This record gives sequence, C-alpha cells and structure tokens, in this order.
Amino acid sequence: MENILKVDKIEKYYGNKSSLTKAIDNISFEVDKKEFVAIMGASGSGKTTLLNVISTIDRVTSGHIYVGGVDITKLKGNNLNKFRREELGFIFQDFNLLDTLTAYENIALALSIQNVNSKEIDKKIKQVSKELNIENVLKKYPYQMSGGQKQRVASARAIITDPKLVLADEPTGALDSKSAKMLLERFKHLNEELDTTILMVTHDAFTASYASRVIFIKDGKIFNEIQRGNDSRKEFFDKIIDVVTLLGGDLNEAL
Amino acid sequence: MKLFKLSLKNIRKSFKDYAIYFFTLILGISIFYVFNAIDSQTVMLDVTSSTKEIIKLMTNMLSGVSVFVSFILGFLIIYASRFLIKRRNKEFGIYLTLGMSKRKISMILFFETLFIGIISLGVGLILGFLLSQLMSILVANMFDANMTKFTFIFSTSACIKTILYFMVMYILVMIFNTINISKCKLIDLLHGNKKSEKIRLKNRVVCIIIFLISACLLGYAYYFVTAGFEKLDTANKIFIPIIIGCVTTFFIFWSLSGLMLEIVMRMKKIYYKGLNSFIVRQVSSKINTTVFSMTVICLMLFVTICVLSASLTLKNSMQANIHKLAPADIQLTKSMNLSDALLEEGYKKEEIEESKIDILDSFQDMNFDFDNYIKDSVEVDIYHTEDLTLNHTLGSLLDTIRTQFRFLRYDSPEDIMKLSDYNKVARFYGNKEYTLKENEYLVVADFNSMVNVRNMALNNQEEIHLFDHTLTPAYTECQDGFVEMSSQHINSGIIVVPDSIIDENYRAYNVVIANYKKSSKEDRLEIEKTILNAIQESEKPISNNTKIDITEASVGLGALVTFIGLYLGVIFLISSAAILALKELSESSDNKERFRMLRRIGTDEKMLNRALFKQIAIFFLFPLMIAIIHSVFGILFSVKVLEIFGNEELLPSILMTALFLIIIYGGYFLITYYCSKNIIKEKL
Repeated sequence: MENILKVDKIEKYYGNKSSLTKAIDNISFEVDKKEFVAIMGASGSGKTTLLNVISTIDRVTSGHIYVGGVDITKLKGNNLNKFRREELGFIFQDFNLLDTLTAYENIALALSIQNVNSKEIDKKIKQVSKELNIENVLKKYPYQMSGGQKQRVASARAIITDPKLVLADEPTGALDSKSAKMLLERFKHLNEELDTTILMVTHDAFTASYASRVIFIKDGKIFNEIQRGNDSRKEFFDKIIDVVTLLGGDLNEAL
Repeated sequence: MKLFKLSLKNIRKSFKDYAIYFFTLILGISIFYVFNAIDSQTVMLDVTSSTKEIIKLMTNMLSGVSVFVSFILGFLIIYASRFLIKRRNKEFGIYLTLGMSKRKISMILFFETLFIGIISLGVGLILGFLLSQLMSILVANMFDANMTKFTFIFSTSACIKTILYFMVMYILVMIFNTINISKCKLIDLLHGNKKSEKIRLKNRVVCIIIFLISACLLGYAYYFVTAGFEKLDTANKIFIPIIIGCVTTFFIFWSLSGLMLEIVMRMKKIYYKGLNSFIVRQVSSKINTTVFSMTVICLMLFVTICVLSASLTLKNSMQANIHKLAPADIQLTKSMNLSDALLEEGYKKEEIEESKIDILDSFQDMNFDFDNYIKDSVEVDIYHTEDLTLNHTLGSLLDTIRTQFRFLRYDSPEDIMKLSDYNKVARFYGNKEYTLKENEYLVVADFNSMVNVRNMALNNQEEIHLFDHTLTPAYTECQDGFVEMSSQHINSGIIVVPDSIIDENYRAYNVVIANYKKSSKEDRLEIEKTILNAIQESEKPISNNTKIDITEASVGLGALVTFIGLYLGVIFLISSAAILALKELSESSDNKERFRMLRRIGTDEKMLNRALFKQIAIFFLFPLMIAIIHSVFGILFSVKVLEIFGNEELLPSILMTALFLIIIYGGYFLITYYCSKNIIKEKL
C-alpha cells in the first residue's frame, strides 16, 4: 500500500549541551493511505513534539519526514506554508477557531487562502458540513457553539482542502464524553467513507480505540504498536488497556 | 523596597508595549512646553512696543488654550493608562493569587506612573527645549523681526508650568488606577481575556434607517453652513449645524459599522477572497466597539483640518493684503462741518469751530512743517448726506434685500466722493481710475458680501437722487477699490459722482494720504513718531491710520491665529492618532492568537502582513475619511466667515495641513503597524 507519511529516524533535542533533553529519540514509522493511526503516550512522552515536527510547526534535530514523498524537513518559508495549507489538515485540542468569524467563514478561510472561488467554497462547505453534521451551526459564532460543535467545525476546516494527512492533537481533550464519542464517530466516518488519512495524538485509551492502529511512545521512543485487525472496538480497547498497564506510570491516569 | 523594584522591572520589560504611550506623552509634554515658552523666546527679539503688546496678547491667549489642551491631554493619558492596565489583567491576577493585597498592587502602579511621569517629563522637556529654539526662529520670521543674536533660551516658567500641569494629570491617573484596581474581581482578572466578546449583530433595517436619517440631517447641516449661509443671521444659530454634525457623526459610525459588514458580505467574490473575510470582521468588530471614540476622533480630526487650513490661509492672505490694501505710509482723517445742532449733544464750541479747518491748515496752525517729512501726498474729501443712505441706493430692491440681510445698517449715510478726488487717490495707490458722464455714478467696494448686495441694485439700474440731480449707475456692478487703508477688504461702498454736482456744505471728512520722505524702516518709524507726536500735542482731532500700524496688527493677528491653530491642531492630531494606535495595540495579544491560527492553517507570511496592514489602515482611514468630508464643508464655511480677510488661495494651506496630517497621523499609523507586526511575528 502507498504510504502517505514516512518518519525516518528522527530526533529532537531541547536545551543546551549541559542539560540535554531528548524529546524524540530515534523514532521511525510509516502511515499508509486511508489509515487511522493513534499515537499514545503519557504527558512528556514526546507525542506532541512528534506531532509538531510532522505538522512543520517545529523542526527536527536530525532525521527525515516524508509526506507524499516530499521531505518536509527541507522545506522553508513560503513553501512550508504552501505545504501546510495544501497537504495537511489540523485539528487542535482548543479548536483554534477565529472568534470573530462564523463557522461558515472559519471553514471558508482554509479554501480562500488557496484562492478558491466563492462558488466552489460554498459547494464544498455544504458537502463537508453534511458529513460532519454541522449544517445547523454554520451561521453561528464560536461563542454560540458547544465544544463538540466547535471541534466538528474545526474538523471540517481541516478536511475541506482534501489534505493528504489530517493531524489531530488531543481532539477530544476539551470535550465531554458524549461529544467526544460523537466526534470520534465522525472521524471514523471520514476515514472509512471518505478515505481520509488521520494521525491522532491522544493519551486517552477510549479515543485511541477508534483508530486502526495505535503506536505507543514512552520517553521519546516507540514502545509498542498494535493493529486493530478485525477486532471490534471493544476488544481493541481492551488490548490497548493491556499495553497501557504494561507501560505503567502516568498513562494509568488515562483510564 | 520590593514593590519599587518590581515596578521598575515591569516598565523595562514592557517598554515595547509602552512605546507608543511614552512617545505620545513626550510629544505632548514637549509641545506644551514649546507653546508656553514662546513668551521667553520673544524677549530677545528686536520689535516695536506695539508688536510686544501683540506678543503679550498672544502668549496670554496661548496659556488660556493650554488649559484646554491640558484637559485633552489629561483625558488622553487616563484613557491610555486604562488600556495598559487592561492588558496586564493577568499579571495582576497572579499577584492577587499570590496573596498580594490590592493596596500593594495600587502601589506598584503608583510607582510605575511615577517613573513614567519622571522619565517622560525629563525627555519631553529636553525635546521641548530643543524644539523651542526652532520655534524662536519661526516667531522671529513671523514678526519680521531681526534676530539680534541667537541664544539658547530656557524658559523656567514654562518648565515649571509644564511640570505642574502634567503632575496634576499623573496624580489623576494614579487615582483612577487605584479606583480601577479596587473595583476589579480576581476571576475577571485571570480569565478576562478568555471571555470572548459577544458579537452583537445590529438589525439591518434599523441600521439602514438610521444611516439614511443621519445622512439627510448631515446634508442639511452641510447645506446650512454653505449654501444656506445667509440664514445664519445670529451667532447662536451656528450651534444647530454643529450639534447636528456631532450627533449624526456618531450615528453614521454606529450604522456604517453594521452596514459595511453587510455590504461586503454580500459581495461574496470579494469577501471570500484570501483573508478578506477575516480583515472585514476584525475591522468591523473594532469599530463596533469603539463608535464613541471613533466619533470623538473624527470630530477632532475635522477640527484639526479646519483650524489648520483656516489659520494658515488667514495668515497668508493677510500678508498678501497689506501690500495691496495699505499702499501709502500714512492716512490722516478729520471730521468736517460738524453742525451747530451738535452743541446740544455735548460737543464743545471749539470742536465745532475746529471742524471747519482742513488738515493741512491745521498743521500750519500747529506750526508743523508737514511737507518737510513727506515725499508726496493727496488731499481729498468725503461727503455725507441724510438724503443718501443705503435705503436710497438700494432703491426698489430695498425690501427684498432687507428680508435677506436683516443686519445691515440701512439708515447710515453713504460715503460720497468726487470723481476727481477718487481718481487722485486711485492714482496715488496705483488703482484703476474712472470716468463718468454728467448723469452717472459708480460704486467702489471690495467687501464681498456688500459687493453682492450692491450689485443687485446696480444690476437693476437703480437711480439715486443727490443734490437735486438724478444719477444712473455707470456700471452694473461694483468697481474694485478703496480709500481707507486696511489689512483687509473692508470697503463696503463709496458712491463716486461727477464733481459738478457736489455741494461743499456736505463735506464730512477731510483726508490726507501721504508717503514719507525716507524709505528705510527706522527712518519711517522716526518720521511717523514725529508727525503723530505733533498731532497729539496739539490735541487736534485728526485720526491716523498708518502702514506700520496696519502691518504690525495684521502680522500679530496672523501670528496669533497661526500659533493657536498649530497648537490645537497638533495636539488634536496626536491625541486622535494615539487613541487609535493604543486601541489597536491593546488588542495585539488577541491578534497574536488569531494570526497564529492563520499561520497554522498555512497562510503565507506576506498575506498575514498585508492583512494586518489593511486592517490597521482601514481602522485609521475610516474616521479620517468622514472627517475629510466634514472638513470640505467646514472649510467652505470658514472661507465665507473669513471673507473680509481676503480670499487668498486655499490650496497651499490645505497642502500644508495635509502635510501635517501625513507626518503625524501617518507616523502614528506606521508605528502602530510595525509594532503590531512585531507582536504577531513568530519565528519557526
């Protein structure tokens, strides 16, 4: 299968010579097209750093990251911005919606900065809002929406540009359990029906259980990796819990 | 003193945030000093005593204006410090959670204000001191005075005054800060910026209706001050358009901020292009929340533009006028033929007798050799008769004109001159001479409003009846010219008639116009002094009107108006630009967050900067645009009011005003842009 993301022996160091922190210590993995991958780890395990370097918000110290065959660690300036707006979609824990714009305008922004014309924008928004079940909030401002609605709007913004890869950073972190479940169902729908490739970072086993593969990270290294295969979500959840127990430490809190 | 250190650190750390505030304070202080130091700057000037009098009047007026200016600056400073405190809510929240008392936080703020006060006063005064040296060159230039020598002057009184005024302002700021801090709640401090502002969408229909009503009312006010100018017959009525203007400006901002968004949103092609939707939302939400400040800023800009261009025009036209309107050195006038009936009104017998003697004969009586001092001269007479007043010259049009111009004096006698006399004066002044047929008259006038009134009658071929003769107008309009020297066009009309019909018994004034023998300034002053002293000692009732006096008065008035215009204009400009800049920068932390989001979804840096530029530019231009529209009518109005000072070209002074605007307002705009750009910048 064609791989969308290839992470090749990356390392990320913080600090100076006297006190060096290895946030990422030689990590390599691949994500295939149409995959839904979750990265799990405790606070400080390096998972957010990993997501940041993949999303080009941060830079690696060494190693390479290929997205669709392009080495993004070599990109600079406007090429980087171009890559970000054309190939990637972002979903953040705190939604990152512009509070002065309506949901519709927030979603439209992702396309308008690519100079898509307004008719095309309208068509795409109608389509994507149906998929994410947010048609009735399009005219609302962020402060008028619930957390779940906001996150689905943010997801709409992330996928409307048909990105190669959607990166989600603790997408359920700020949601109540009902909203979280609803959002994850949508993610599943996007992944299964629209063939969206999703890479999600989380510390929550329930959230991770929606993925098709889970990569565990501890102290900047890959600790384990499990495939869902033909398991049901419940069975997969139990398997994840087993690994979490094995991992010990902070991640237990995630239960 | 931990608090003391903390405040000092705070200032150093947040210097960038304070930069605009500092900058404005320093400018305000230095300008305040400069205009209050003019008094001392002029001490060195070599000017006549009458000019000294004018300078004294000017400095008195400037110090009066300073009180007003201090109010404006006071409000600005309080407004600005409120902004700065708001930005630091989180910091204060942390202090409070750490157990610091509100009193202590107030103390921190107290020290901060104190430091800022001391530093800004110090720097401002030094800058003011330097600027005031330039100012003394300007003053000397304006009063046409020789700078005997250039010395650095430091005005202690202005310095003390500046310190005193600003100290009061800073103390007010401290009081306001303390009140602010004592009122705030911890939860609001910590989460104040998390509360997303509710976007109140205004009702579209209400917006449109209010906009239309305001626009109509404003149009009416515009009409009132320009085309309907004549209806403004009492001074009180000018308040009607002013109040209408202020109120409608507010409502226009209120409705436009809503409508603008509506309109742009409808233009989908534009709205959904690049970051346009973001820019429009940013601007409209900002204008929405600052309708009142916007109104104040717009009105201040309006006053600035009008005051600056009007005062500069006034000064230029007065200088140009003197050349033309005061062509001779001296003009002496004496009342003639006072009637015996005046004895009962308290006139003395001698005065009646005296009024039978010509000016030149009077000089002989005084044993004063007038000819010795003068190069050339002319002697003419002016006649008055109760049978020829404005009532008569306007003829059949009187009633129509009376209803339009209620405040003219219709029953005072017209000035009448013999044609040969008028031509003598015209030749002497270098003005146009005229010829008349035996049954014709002409009117010489240069005061525009009166010219218009008289032209109606002349155009209507109104006849006049004078000394048993009937005369018809030789021209259908007034002819340009004057007899009385002045710095302005104030000749409201002289009836010039053929010599033959004049009855000498109606002579009212004897006038002698002359040029001095010497031409250097000192010599002329000397001659003038001798002549005027001789007249004064003899106690003869001869009034004088000299070029030197006219020039000094006019220069003085010009300088007065220019300085006050400059003072107010610059202060208003700084204040309005500073409010806009502070408002923009106070939201920079929110902006930073928003721009980070945009960057994350992959917006180009260039696009972001352009969006920021547009956003700030629209914010700055919006009030300016409306102020400019107001100003067009304001200037048209001031042109009418200042008509008597001559209609010197407006363009140069408008360009001058534009230059001031561009430098100060544009400067603030650029600083704001670069500061904001710095704030939103993020390195990868």
